[in-house]
Amino acid sequence: MVEEIGTTAEGDLIINVGPQHPATHGVLHLVLTLSGETIKKVEPHLGYIHRSIEKMCESLTYRQFIYVTSRMDYLSSHINNHACALTVEKAMQIEVPQRAQYIRVIMDELTRIASHELWWGAMAMDLGAFTPFFHAFRERETITDIMEKTCGARLTMNYMVPGGVMVDLHPDFQKDVKSFIQLYKSKFEEYNELVTGNIIFQNRMKGIGVLSKEDAISYGCSGPVARASGVNCDIRKLYPYEIYSQLEFDEVLDTAGDSFARYMVRLKEMQQSIRIVEQLIDYIPEGEFQAKTKAVLKLPKGEFYQRVETARGELGVYIVSEGGTTPYRIKFRSPGFSNLSALEHMVKGLKIGDLVAAMGTLDLVIPDIDR
Amino acid sequence: MTNEELKIKFTELLPTASFEEGGEWVNVFISPQELKSFVLQIKKNEDLLFDYLFCLTCVDWKTHFNVVYHFSSTTYRHNFVLKVKIDRANPEIETVSDLWRTAEMLEREVYDLFGVKFLHHPDLRRLIMPDNWEGWPLRKDYEDVINMIKL
Amino acid sequence: MFSLEGITNMIHEWLNNHFNATIALLTEFVLVGVAAIALFAVLGLVLVWMERKVAAVMQIRLGPNRVGPKGIFQTTADTLKLIMKEGLTPDGADKFLFNLAPYIVMIVAMLILAPIAFAKNFQIWDINIGVLYLSAVSSLSVIGILMAGWASNNKYSLLGAMRSGAQIVSYELSAGLSVISIVIMTGSLSINDIILSQQDGWWIFKGHIPAIISFVIFMIAVTAETNRAPFDLAEAESELTAGFHTEYSGMKFALFFLAEYINIFIVCAIGATLFFGGWMPLHVGHWQSFNHVMDYIPSSVWFFGKTIGLIFLIMWFRWTFPRLRIDQLLNLEWKYLLPISMLNLILMTIVAIMGWHF
Repeated sequence: MVEEIGTTAEGDLIINVGPQHPATHGVLHLVLTLSGETIKKVEPHLGYIHRSIEKMCESLTYRQFIYVTSRMDYLSSHINNHACALTVEKAMQIEVPQRAQYIRVIMDELTRIASHELWWGAMAMDLGAFTPFFHAFRERETITDIMEKTCGARLTMNYMVPGGVMVDLHPDFQKDVKSFIQLYKSKFEEYNELVTGNIIFQNRMKGIGVLSKEDAISYGCSGPVARASGVNCDIRKLYPYEIYSQLEFDEVLDTAGDSFARYMVRLKEMQQSIRIVEQLIDYIPEGEFQAKTKAVLKLPKGEFYQRVETARGELGVYIVSEGGTTPYRIKFRSPGFSNLSALEHMVKGLKIGDLVAAMGTLDLVIPDIDR
Repeated sequence: MTNEELKIKFTELLPTASFEEGGEWVNVFISPQELKSFVLQIKKNEDLLFDYLFCLTCVDWKTHFNVVYHFSSTTYRHNFVLKVKIDRANPEIETVSDLWRTAEMLEREVYDLFGVKFLHHPDLRRLIMPDNWEGWPLRKDYEDVINMIKL
Repeated sequence: MFSLEGITNMIHEWLNNHFNATIALLTEFVLVGVAAIALFAVLGLVLVWMERKVAAVMQIRLGPNRVGPKGIFQTTADTLKLIMKEGLTPDGADKFLFNLAPYIVMIVAMLILAPIAFAKNFQIWDINIGVLYLSAVSSLSVIGILMAGWASNNKYSLLGAMRSGAQIVSYELSAGLSVISIVIMTGSLSINDIILSQQDGWWIFKGHIPAIISFVIFMIAVTAETNRAPFDLAEAESELTAGFHTEYSGMKFALFFLAEYINIFIVCAIGATLFFGGWMPLHVGHWQSFNHVMDYIPSSVWFFGKTIGLIFLIMWFRWTFPRLRIDQLLNLEWKYLLPISMLNLILMTIVAIMGWHF
């Protein structure tokens, strides 16, 4: 995992971190230049999980490319599919029925909670506290069980299609989600007691990896990383899609911009997501779950861009269509890519232990960056 | 500002800019030589303040490349799309990474996949493909007998 | 009731009746040596199993439960595997030091066993400077660690060993000062005297406030001395350096691994002896009947119960707290623990002189 690959002229050490990590960050390869224990330069080397999704999609139809995109940011796979479905619907001006909209939003928010749970467990494990990982997965298992009953899969769901959702909800869905909400509210206090309030944890996170507001905007950061620096960038509030404009929830902001602020923003976002699910779960309207569309979709000639808020930040789908059944060019604007470019700026001058803490709070999923 | 007002403002800043109709946002076409001065103005101008570059990509139209920039403003919340047409045989364009730091990695990706050279970029090399890869994968005429399976 | 000193007395008499004194003594030496090594082996197995089960229960899972009933043979299987592994020596390593390092750590651990009293009259060597001997000999284990780091010919092992060395040497001060504060109350360095002085109550109750402060500092300091979480930066996985025992595999790694658990047992045994009375049952002042009832429980059961309780506490720390960074770790010792333990020492001296203890 760590081997020396050289020394610079000034006697600084150049070492590798990754691409195989004991922590669950995926295959990220960082080349650090260290002077003693202080970091002078961080250079990410990407491409270990590049699957050329953008090129592949040029030969897949508009119904087929949904399956490939769930594998990009696999922790928020519903939201990826949602973005693709929304772009196609925007282009072809398909009207999505109300029932499908409610289902989509509930699934999105549950996915957001599941993704933040895994982030929380892995973050604590990076810092050496092994137990929160199991607590986090206990909640995440409940959510994936709910998803499995309806969608059939636990990680890459492929549930949202252009027009609505693929199949109707399982009859137990409402009951399961309501019991999950009760369970979650009782367990959330444990998280604060176990990790957040711990003085060792706070000392390792406060003041580490500070990102100012101007830098966050300049580096193109989005999602909790930018919100912890004070940038208003929640797509659900700024450019609302589906029924988000009718829901009551807060955009969680913080001004400190350090790792602890990013941590608290994500914890509070989990609570806001539960609030959204609570508002919707009792009122899912009856009706169609998928709009009637043609079997083969042909987008009109033009360019279409749709953005959604995944658990990591702003995901953008940009389709350039020549009027055929497959896209001419498709580009996925991934949140992790821009968040990663801010890493070097955040950790320059800090120690190696701080790199681990700061990288954990960026919540990187490498398949999202490499595509 | 609405799309109409943006169009008027852009024409004011750069009279030679052309627009493409249809589409959610204003699509502005400029030539590569005008890029640097135009983007500096849209970033600094008090009514525009486009400080957030959220997407930088390239589209291969077989006769030429279009480098596409998507800008947004965090103060006014308006968005627009900037397109620059460059030559396919010798694709070169100025970098915008000194104004928006996010462009450093985005332009490296475009260089890696399309072969577009960004002049005055601090560190232009391949990002996703291995360092010794030959060819520009996302171009329409890219052939790779081993890795590409044509049905 | 059952008592371990009965067995030793029986063996002693039998040997002296059948052989002359020198041969009996030599045989006893050999027996004690074998018993110590056997104790080590058994302790190592039991403690590793205990750690895995405790970790599992705290993490809402089961832990080893296949190999043997409730998984008790899991560690045996692991040890067999480690013995059969290839012991690789890196190319540029200093062969002599590389091979010697694990043995030094083990030998130091065994030497410390000598003054510890496992039960009434069941001590290998009741030296009159017992506590001083323990402090002095336990400092030697740093040499083994630094040797391991240096001889591996790996910059990152060396870094890990240096960090570990700095940590151990710093925390020995606080641990030593806590121990001295109990010695002040007792008036003697000998382990047997310390235990006997707790006849009417354990020091942690008799010494009230200063003793409790000493105990807390002692527990923190020994967790850091044995490189346990939350002070396990030197061997942490998700940090960059894998520690001083990276290059070791097979039997030598097994020795380091076992030595770590034996060290935990030893420091908990010392803690139990000093603060909780060692093998002395729970006596309260001069309540004769209560003390008599408590005496029915064999002293070895008291000793092992207290030690296992403290070991559980140390294991509890590991699975609850995140890790400290190296500069925060050293800060904690030099800026906080050391001044507090020095003030506590003064406080304890005043309490002892004025007789304000129970």
